[in-house]
Amino acid sequence: MNNLFKAAFIIAGKDLYSEWKTKQVVTTMLIFAGLVIVTFSFAFDPSNNAVRAIIPGLIWVITIFSAILGLNRSFLSETKNDNLYGMIVSPTDPSSIYLGKVIANFIFVLIVQLVSIPALFILFDFRFMGNFPLFLAVVVLGTFGFISVGTFLAGLSSNSRSSEMLLPILLFPIVSPIIIAAVQATRILLIDIEQIASAISWIQLMGVYNLVFFVLCLVLFEYVLEV
Amino acid sequence: MILRGINLSIKKGETVAILGPNGAGKSTVLKILGGLIKASSGEVKVNGLDLKKDSYDVKRKIGFLAHNSFLYDHLTPLENLKFFGKLYGVENVEERAKQLIDEVGLSFFTHDPVRSFSRGMMQRIAIARAIIHQPEILLFDEPHTGLDQQAIKLLNDVILRMRDEGSTILMVTHDFQQAIETCDRFIIIKNGKIVDDLQNVERNIDTITEKYMEQVSGL
Repeated sequence: MNNLFKAAFIIAGKDLYSEWKTKQVVTTMLIFAGLVIVTFSFAFDPSNNAVRAIIPGLIWVITIFSAILGLNRSFLSETKNDNLYGMIVSPTDPSSIYLGKVIANFIFVLIVQLVSIPALFILFDFRFMGNFPLFLAVVVLGTFGFISVGTFLAGLSSNSRSSEMLLPILLFPIVSPIIIAAVQATRILLIDIEQIASAISWIQLMGVYNLVFFVLCLVLFEYVLEV
Repeated sequence: MILRGINLSIKKGETVAILGPNGAGKSTVLKILGGLIKASSGEVKVNGLDLKKDSYDVKRKIGFLAHNSFLYDHLTPLENLKFFGKLYGVENVEERAKQLIDEVGLSFFTHDPVRSFSRGMMQRIAIARAIIHQPEILLFDEPHTGLDQQAIKLLNDVILRMRDEGSTILMVTHDFQQAIETCDRFIIIKNGKIVDDLQNVERNIDTITEKYMEQVSGL
């Protein structure tokens, strides 16, 4: 178990360091997030109260599509010199490779959210009046669920020639429960705080989804590497 | 089915060349031994340890040098070796990495990204990567391909030094000359089967070529 986490942190550290050096993935994700925010802020009048209703959806549009940009790169960057084989022939559990990739992708998306969500609130002149710890929990749980399944499927699709097209096709049906739960919980916490009990139910659903899919992906990743 | 009834036993300290025509299954044997491919049936044992059950312990003993380098283009040799060294649990990994870079003659390029390296320079770092954890078993998949004379000499020196230190070496190659210079035993594979196992033969290119042609002609 110790080796599982140790190797995972080494792999995540390598990915984070690579990103620090190349600045390819997070920059692309941030540019995409910025474009979405600016486009929507010009398309809708921020002074109109009804526009507040699109903010929860926008948060997750930014998260999902920028995350896909990162997920696609996650395993493709390991194919140039068969780098992934270097990890497979080392005494590293396949689950460690998966876990390391999940940690790195999760951090990339959190960085994008950390920049884009405050920017979204500022450009839409939105004053946060809800429950901040719960909002944070929704963002973290929703993102983790999406990334844990996304990383698994990115590994699976990386063996395909058209992996960039294949990933969203495989991903969206499987992650739709967590997207629906995350959008609903975010909507309640941002603009309909009276229904907080309902938001907690959505959060519980996200918790269960994350637990089930994360464990499944962790166990099954060994077979992904065999493809 | 690529391999059919491969039954191979190698003693500690042997240097074995695996020869055979393209598509014979030579690289597949190596990939199964290295844990890159799982065999549909059969077993691989190293010092009594089963590759499937004790893969962590077995893989710690193996150094794998494939046709591709496994190196990250944007990282420097030092960063690449430190990453792989950490995965193998090498102690004083930075020191060991610097020592190996020095040994392969690239200390001047320690901090340059490997994407700017030639095939020969890349292969030297790949050799350093394969031996960073001082493996007991070395698996080489066509290691001499595309190397200049200096890099070939360096690779052969590494192989001979590792052999003298007691490491077991398996090398898939088409280069008979290099096989003769470094190996004691020659296995010929054809159509997924071992068709000849030459031990204690004269290490002479004509002898090996003759034996090889006997087996693979009329393919």
